[in-house]
Amino acid sequence: MMPKRILLAVALGLIAIIAPLIAPNDYIVGTLARICLYATLALGLNIVVGFAGLLDIGYVAFFGIGSYIYALLCSPHFGLHLPFLLALPIVVVATALCGILIGAPTLRLGGDYLAIVTLGFGEITYLLLLNLDRPVNITNGPSGIIGIDPPAVLGYAASSNTQYYYLFLAMLALVLVASRRLQHSRIGWAWQAIREDELAARTMGINTMVAKLQAFAVGASFAGFAGALLASWQRSVFPENFLFTESINVLAMVIIGGMGSLAGVILGAAIIVALPEIFREFLSYRLLVFGLMLMVLMIFRPQGILVPRGARRGATQ
Amino acid sequence: MDMIQMLPQQLVFGLALGAVYGLIALGYTMVYGILLMINFAHGELFMIGAYVGWAVLTWLINAQLGGLHPIWVLPMLLLMAMSVTGVLGVALERFAYRPLYTRGATRLGPLISAVGASIFLQNAVMLTQGARMKVYMTSLLFPRNWYVNIAGVRISALVLVMISVALLLMWLLNTFVQRTTLGRCIRSVAEDREAAAIMGVNVRQVISLTFLLGSALGGAAGVLVGLYYTQIDFFMGYSAGLKAFTAAVLGGIGNLKGAMLGGLMLGVIESLAVTFINPAYRDVVAFAVLILVLVFRPTGLLGESVPHANKV
Repeated sequence: MMPKRILLAVALGLIAIIAPLIAPNDYIVGTLARICLYATLALGLNIVVGFAGLLDIGYVAFFGIGSYIYALLCSPHFGLHLPFLLALPIVVVATALCGILIGAPTLRLGGDYLAIVTLGFGEITYLLLLNLDRPVNITNGPSGIIGIDPPAVLGYAASSNTQYYYLFLAMLALVLVASRRLQHSRIGWAWQAIREDELAARTMGINTMVAKLQAFAVGASFAGFAGALLASWQRSVFPENFLFTESINVLAMVIIGGMGSLAGVILGAAIIVALPEIFREFLSYRLLVFGLMLMVLMIFRPQGILVPRGARRGATQ
Repeated sequence: MDMIQMLPQQLVFGLALGAVYGLIALGYTMVYGILLMINFAHGELFMIGAYVGWAVLTWLINAQLGGLHPIWVLPMLLLMAMSVTGVLGVALERFAYRPLYTRGATRLGPLISAVGASIFLQNAVMLTQGARMKVYMTSLLFPRNWYVNIAGVRISALVLVMISVALLLMWLLNTFVQRTTLGRCIRSVAEDREAAAIMGVNVRQVISLTFLLGSALGGAAGVLVGLYYTQIDFFMGYSAGLKAFTAAVLGGIGNLKGAMLGGLMLGVIESLAVTFINPAYRDVVAFAVLILVLVFRPTGLLGESVPHANKV
């Protein structure tokens, strides 16, 4: 069983590497880059929702915080121009701290209440990004922050979609390996034990508070990481990038692929990013079809497309 | 000093809006109480209610009311909107949610399906009605110079009607749920679905009935908000839905009285934030209060009443 899976993974990896070379136009390369970026983000949410079973529907807040921290560190807004490889770890650590800060007071809450609190935090983050241009101009309000530095390593700055694609693919691979290692680590097993039965997990000696905080911190840091990448790609960030609907999109990526399954999450990201693009011909009808597809998909594959082995139950069942 | 003078006026607006939040919140809370599911498409039903009300009002005005006495216009709008959204809510449950929970999907499946339904309904309305906002000709129904002065606070006829209609509908629902046989069925299913089924309650019918009632109230709220703000668009369900859901949780989800209390409180809190802090931070304050309530009193103000609340 194992060699087959590895073979498949290698084949898919190779396809991913040559994809931009056979893509008919730059637009498709851009879409592929977007899929990698959102897959990175979704893998972070998968840690919180898929592994630890904590329903977070304001996850995009961390994405936004990461984006804005990167934007502030690497743009003319404050006149700071930190190098990409220095700014990235700062963003990751800062968003992980935000995850702990937001997680700490809410972890007593179970299931859907946690979801509502995260929703509240998500909305508050968006509104703060929108309104923190007065009295002190931090976020520049609705006009966002522009002129953000592109990612540059050793003097080479990324500029074309193909370069961004390879950068994001490498980052996705990094996050994928991290997720896989976490899944089968002591912490990972603790998370999955909490998801299946919190009381039993605590009885077995797992410090559930610490484990949940770790899930929040790791999930948030992935989102911050993806946020920095988004800011460096768009070269600008706006509060509108981090609306509640975006949280729901990311959650949909995690769920329709098959919660807790890493391949499923990437498949989910590909579907959610690509579907509206595929239906672009129908232009104004594409979101209508997208909504319909979400319903149909859930009706026919309620557990997601790829059901992870050993995880028959979903979060907060 | 200026702020203090503004406060009573703002409180009246807050109560009017809060009553409507409560009306929408009832739909969330009833569905959650029975299915433990956040019906994300409920905000869209509210929006569709506003559109139905707008269409009927515009038609009536163009037809010179068609011989209808003006006093019957509002009941007519409410009736039409409530019928359409009620039926739509039942259809939504039948086709988008029931296939999921009868097949034993995870709790998140219906949530995503509801999100899909919400996106679908929003875009369906945008495509058929256009993206531009519609205007309610409220001033023909409730002229601006109809108001009463109470202790220096000007309360318009519209605001009075809004609050009374919302409270009347809440009272009707509460009486129905507490006093009738069908209402008892709803309560029994909310308490323990399996035991209710054993006792001969038709659970599927009760679920349909819950969606019918909740969605109809949402539609009525849509008409009231349309009259109040006079402008509606296909995106209005999003923030109203979010607020109403907040109200439901604030009062204690699954709890009808809690939804009403939560709605009124949220409206008042918002009006206080507008007066004393900054209108831009209205929603920040609303959500911050929600978080504080949940952190210190996780089951809401009046306590939750949902089946097996602890078995999350």
